[in-house]
Amino acid sequence: MPLQFSAKPGLVAYITVGDPDLATTHNIAIAAIDAGADVLELGVPFSDPLADGPVIQRASERAVKNGTRLHDVLALAATLRTERPAVGLVIFTYYNPVLRFGLENFCDAAEQAGIDGVLITDMIVEEAVEYLAAARRHHLAPIFLAAPTSPDDRLERIAAASQGFVYAISRTGITGAQKSLTSDAEQLVRRLRRFTKLPIAVGFGISSPEQFAAVGEFADAAVIGSALVATIEQAGPKHAASSIARFIQGLRGAIKEPAVPAR
Amino acid sequence: MAAATANRLAGRFGPYGGRYVPETLVAALDELEHAYAEAQADPDFHLKLDSLLRDYAGRPTPLYFASRLTEALGGAKIYLKREDLLHTGAHKINNCLGQALLAVRMGKKRIIAETGAGQHGVASATVCALFGLDCVVYMGEEDMRRQELNVYRMKMLGAEVRGVSSGSRTLKDAINEAMRDWVTNVRTTHYLLGSVLGAHPYPTMVRDFHRVISREARAQILEKENRLPTAIIACVGGGSNAIGAFYEFIPDKEVRLIGVEAGGRGSQLGEHAARFSGGSPGVLQGTYSYVLQDDNGQIALTHSVSAGLDYASIGPEHAALHDSGRAEYTSASDAEALEATLRLARTEGIIPALESAHAVAECIRLAPALSPRDILIVNVSGRGDKDMGILTRELHLGN
Repeated sequence: MPLQFSAKPGLVAYITVGDPDLATTHNIAIAAIDAGADVLELGVPFSDPLADGPVIQRASERAVKNGTRLHDVLALAATLRTERPAVGLVIFTYYNPVLRFGLENFCDAAEQAGIDGVLITDMIVEEAVEYLAAARRHHLAPIFLAAPTSPDDRLERIAAASQGFVYAISRTGITGAQKSLTSDAEQLVRRLRRFTKLPIAVGFGISSPEQFAAVGEFADAAVIGSALVATIEQAGPKHAASSIARFIQGLRGAIKEPAVPAR
Repeated sequence: MAAATANRLAGRFGPYGGRYVPETLVAALDELEHAYAEAQADPDFHLKLDSLLRDYAGRPTPLYFASRLTEALGGAKIYLKREDLLHTGAHKINNCLGQALLAVRMGKKRIIAETGAGQHGVASATVCALFGLDCVVYMGEEDMRRQELNVYRMKMLGAEVRGVSSGSRTLKDAINEAMRDWVTNVRTTHYLLGSVLGAHPYPTMVRDFHRVISREARAQILEKENRLPTAIIACVGGGSNAIGAFYEFIPDKEVRLIGVEAGGRGSQLGEHAARFSGGSPGVLQGTYSYVLQDDNGQIALTHSVSAGLDYASIGPEHAALHDSGRAEYTSASDAEALEATLRLARTEGIIPALESAHAVAECIRLAPALSPRDILIVNVSGRGDKDMGILTRELHLGN
């Protein structure tokens, strides 16, 4: 399972699939991987993204409007798996599109597509019995969110149910950029460490090279989401992929050798 | 009580309900569940709540025999449960008083709420004024336009009304925005959810705060008629007034429980809010229930002339009552609701809220087919003052 982080901090890159369109998302994904993303979170657009801030809300709305479906996200994943075998691929979704697809069908299709892990934003460990069983049958790593408000007994359960990595939310709130990281994130990672040997990725509000480096001081990986989605929004379809490559290279502070394009 | 306790522990109504929320909110839901359980066991809480319901809100509400409507329809005897006479003009105050007392117990000084028709927003703003709490109400911009009077009432009471411009700019979008606020300010803020929706413990707790409707109605009808009614009829948006009106009658198997959804202006997805005829099980905003959605699991747009019924999902306990067959669900169209509003106004001198008018419309359809020995109770969940703009336009009252 390629849910591994080569450098420290590792980079988990979130993009909303279908924003601005599927072909552009493919190019953006390849650019992000080649620029150094260890894991790609493929966001399934949803009509009611209640955990997301304005940037991802707008992206989701555009993708829903142009008809992007969970099927399309899985098809894109299968293509990326062929073209970039070493990258970690995670489906990032709200629960309802999965329920509508069918939990078992979804896990089966995700396995076929070469998906490594699944993160369902509105799925908590207590509700996850069937989901965990289906994920296990199909060799998918279930990734759960841990929040600064989660008490230790919940962190223990979250750590026990997660595979691949645990996603630590940097602060109470929705997705989106913030000026400075609060002490919440570091405290949460410290508390989580007591319950797991899995890598811990910190997400929500990380947008600058300084914040990225700061997360590397106490966590294994950082998730960059809204900052990438905002970059895509500003660049427009033609320049989105190159802008994402530049953004990620800027985070790392060094330009990685680009891999040979697959086509 | 045994059934209620079991439900509260599980948070499930058959397969429906549960807790599908971002992890950040779980601790707050646990805290609320705990505070609610403690309050339930505390006689002082009940004394305070009962006294507020009586002296401040105006309970018990009358069960009124609508003799002129009964005569006009020529069938069943019709009684109206007058929740419209409560302070703030709708049943919503029952739940708001209960949750405000809980917020005070939990030491939360900031309240957020969502509102569709504005009745829950007004009731929230009212209890916040009463208890000296900060109040922010999220409301879809479309609803702010069509329920303008309630926007001013909330402002008058000191609440901040935040317009929501996403999606269809109605109740669902207001709930999304309220949940985003809650997830951000969860340590200091109580989310005063206004219906039997959302994650556990809300559907159970909100139902319990509205059970007083059927508790009173059952005693009142036994006193007046010395027998139980043939049916209870209530409109169903999220389903708070309906569950309150149904609940104490659930063990009385001979009493039909009839919920009326918004049939809107057509049967195509997007033209109505009839979740049972047009929807399928899914997860929206924290709970598993019937949802209007497309083949890809995207939540559908809805339409109703009444903002309070214009919502894509329904309380999970209604989903269970539907599947078990204990309650029946039907719908009334925009046109039928408007006609029913006029009919009740002209026969009884009561202008119901457009939401409640859906229940009146079902009563108008049903009563003539029944015998004079049958009794119907219609829950008039709110009054229609807020709807005068729509009524003036739709019924050409300006001419």
